[in-house]
Amino acid sequence: MKLELRGITKRFGSLVANDSIDLVVEPGEIHALLGENGAGKSTLMNVLYGLYDPDDGEILLDDRPVRFDGPGDAVAAGIGMVHQHFMLVPIFTVAESVALGYEPAGRLGIIDRRTARKRVTEISDRFGFDVDPGAVIEDLPVGVQQRVEIIKALSREAKILILDEPTAVLTPQETDELIEIMRQLKAEGTSIVFITHKLREVRAIADSITVIRRGKVVGEATPDTSETELASLMVGRSVSMAVDKDPAEPGDDGLVISDLTVLDSRNNVVLDHIDLTVRRGEILAVAGVQGNGQTELTETILGLTEPLQGSITLDGKELTGTDVKSRLRAGVGFIPEDRSTSGVISTFTVAENFILDLYDVEPFARAGTLRPQVIQDNARKRAEEYDVRLRDVDDPISTLSGGNQQKVVVAREMSRPLRVLVASQPTRGVDVGSVEFIHKQIVAERDNGTPVLLVSSELDEAMNLGDRIAVMYRGAIVGIVPGDTDRDVLGLMMAGVPLEEAQAQAAVHRTALAAADDQTEEAP
Amino acid sequence: MTQATTTHRTDSGQEIVPPIKWRAPGAMLLFTLVSLFGFVLFTESGTVTTFRTATGGEVAEIPNTAVPTVPALWLLTVAMAALTAYATMRAVRREPVGWWPPAIFGAVFIIAFLTWVGAGATIPLTSLLVGGLALSVPLIFGALSGVMCERTGVINIAIEGQLLGGAFMAAVVASIVGNPYVGVLAAPIAGALVGLLLVFFSVKYWVDQIIVGVVLNVLVLGLTTFFFSTVLTENPELNQRFRLPPLPIPFLSDLPIIGPVLFNQNILVYLMYAAIILLQVLLFRSRWGLRVRSVGEHPKAADTVGIDVIRTRWVNPIMGGALAGLGGAFFTVGSGLAFGRDMSAGNGFIALAAMILGRWNPLGAMAAALLFGLSRNLANMLSTMGSVGIPGEFLLMLPYVVTIFAVAGLVGRVRAPAANNKPYVKS
Repeated sequence: MKLELRGITKRFGSLVANDSIDLVVEPGEIHALLGENGAGKSTLMNVLYGLYDPDDGEILLDDRPVRFDGPGDAVAAGIGMVHQHFMLVPIFTVAESVALGYEPAGRLGIIDRRTARKRVTEISDRFGFDVDPGAVIEDLPVGVQQRVEIIKALSREAKILILDEPTAVLTPQETDELIEIMRQLKAEGTSIVFITHKLREVRAIADSITVIRRGKVVGEATPDTSETELASLMVGRSVSMAVDKDPAEPGDDGLVISDLTVLDSRNNVVLDHIDLTVRRGEILAVAGVQGNGQTELTETILGLTEPLQGSITLDGKELTGTDVKSRLRAGVGFIPEDRSTSGVISTFTVAENFILDLYDVEPFARAGTLRPQVIQDNARKRAEEYDVRLRDVDDPISTLSGGNQQKVVVAREMSRPLRVLVASQPTRGVDVGSVEFIHKQIVAERDNGTPVLLVSSELDEAMNLGDRIAVMYRGAIVGIVPGDTDRDVLGLMMAGVPLEEAQAQAAVHRTALAAADDQTEEAP
Repeated sequence: MTQATTTHRTDSGQEIVPPIKWRAPGAMLLFTLVSLFGFVLFTESGTVTTFRTATGGEVAEIPNTAVPTVPALWLLTVAMAALTAYATMRAVRREPVGWWPPAIFGAVFIIAFLTWVGAGATIPLTSLLVGGLALSVPLIFGALSGVMCERTGVINIAIEGQLLGGAFMAAVVASIVGNPYVGVLAAPIAGALVGLLLVFFSVKYWVDQIIVGVVLNVLVLGLTTFFFSTVLTENPELNQRFRLPPLPIPFLSDLPIIGPVLFNQNILVYLMYAAIILLQVLLFRSRWGLRVRSVGEHPKAADTVGIDVIRTRWVNPIMGGALAGLGGAFFTVGSGLAFGRDMSAGNGFIALAAMILGRWNPLGAMAAALLFGLSRNLANMLSTMGSVGIPGEFLLMLPYVVTIFAVAGLVGRVRAPAANNKPYVKS
């Protein structure tokens, strides 16, 4: 089926999320929609899927104009969507999730479970998905949940499949499997709209590319366009994709974690005898698919979680057993993984957010009273220093863009004298310009001699910044490798394969993404 | 659900010994000691406890059962000790205790308690059950209303108001028409109206559901009290006593014990049986139920497959309110009473607790409501018997002691529908 969008415009208040966007997706092609976070890709697809009502413009399917009042209409017209945040009910089974909204039912509306299961197994077998229809969604790894979403779309006979940032939560090998699935679907005549901000993936799989910036289409490209060109189209200026940094000059041991074990409230092991040493003046990157214990690791270092056993020492002093405040005072800098829930208080002003952890010490407080003038001056100085774009330091921080909010967090944590920096997903949901800046700051902190523990589920970030990379899988460290280790080896380790075995496997089978890397290296 | 492992052998190959969970065995030990020192050692030897089961008219009368109190108490206490020991063993091995040891323990403790308080007297077992069910009926209807409502993600604190409204409406309409059945038909309208107001404010205008619920309770209490002390007092013919006649089911009602308890009831109780079964089946087996649950857990996911979230959140709480209204009718026409101010007397909140204790599940809510109803009736009966050596005030604590034990030992962590009290806002 051919899909055409003409002049789609969608406003949220004064913000124009989509500004008369035109897009044509030919039958049976994989069309990549490339753009930064917040460029308006997801908004556009939500318009197409009937979740948002466009303010202007029209949608044509096979050259006939259509109107969707809700997702139900879009699905009936043959459009399927796999959302970035999966639209699955955690406590339902796979069969129930696929059936929801289109349930095969008999008398009294009692669901025919056998038919529901059969629907799943038929599609699952056809594409070799290996999904158990009786499994409960919340027990499944994200990669499998994504397949459930694809089965859901296919069971409704989707002719056009929208994949919104589908690789964000996958290991490189799972990404490779997804690419294989996309090729199979294409071979069966399904058109695919593939939304992403990852240039490498676009070049590996797309037939044609549309680049969006600030709600507007800024260009079309073909898969043989170089990554640098795509990046500058996407960002609007030339960007350096790699991080400039000198080789690390590691000194003494800074943060030493040994035999650290943490159980959750249901006695499941979330951290499994972790041993890590971060030396002064190096960045240790912790790579791994989200949800393999990274969150618990950083929270245990900060003191939000008490370990069952093990020790955490900073410059030889034991941290376990002390409270969060004394750890902060001891020089632990902490950039939390979720800015909105634990990085900033969105209704507080920018100035207040700059001193969230220093509110009760000189010079910001004296005799139990805050000193607004000092706090504002501090905010202006830091905003200048860290290039935070704002109107007024007394505005609520929620008026800032994600990237600028994150810079406030980074500035706050780095403005104290640090003995260790724990940065968890420091560039999540941040525009490319800010990513560059934050990366530079982290490297600068390293060059000052601070040990840095960087947790990132973006393998590119871990590889770019890490002097050494520790790979986590199911709460344990699979291995610690040098920063320049091969992408495929890391990918396999992220799925729990030990180092030697990963090297052996990677030598035999190259993933599509690594293959794209190889080509770039051969023919620059 | 929980992993039944003693130690975790982890991916790293090392073993981890999780801490022991002492809650269940600890609670059981406490109650065993209560039984030992409170019951066994303070009962005179040679006394006899009699359980009366016959009410007359059954097919086969079971004669009264008399047991020697002290030996029976010893036996029961030993059983409790054994269960405690078993639970302790499981806990030390880091295995989950499971649901049945605390459940059996609870039953044994209640029997021991009855044996003790009935020493030298007679415990009327059947009438104890009949009265307990009667006290449970409004609770069960209320809890079902909560299930209907909260499964769509709308918290229903207004059950109390729905019960009270139903009680009022049933009494007044029955008095006007002169027929209790018409009162039963009218009662759901009052409950549904309260439900309508609840969704109007919370679903349409996104007002906090708990606040709306509390306000509605106060509103209904205020309105009914006002009408009671003005219109109904001035015109007593508008608030007369009517009683729904019992409709004994042939043969079944003649069975010993369960006959008089379950099958010699009025239309409201039979409607309650139907509502429990129907709701349980539909909620977990039908298309409607799957959609309702998806709306309560992940409304956006429901929306993306074309389910009308807002409509579901309008319809269900109103239907739930109707159910609670029906339950309210039990206070007046169901029990042969005229309307009195604040008749529901906090039953709506106990129904809410029963729904939570029953994990948002119709059968579970029913079991919890029965537990509350029975223990309350037991307390009433014992405080009127007055033969035991403990003050009646302590006996009135019984329902709450039972509740604490049930919550601590049986329930643990409960999981509410994920979207509760979160308005669904579409852009």
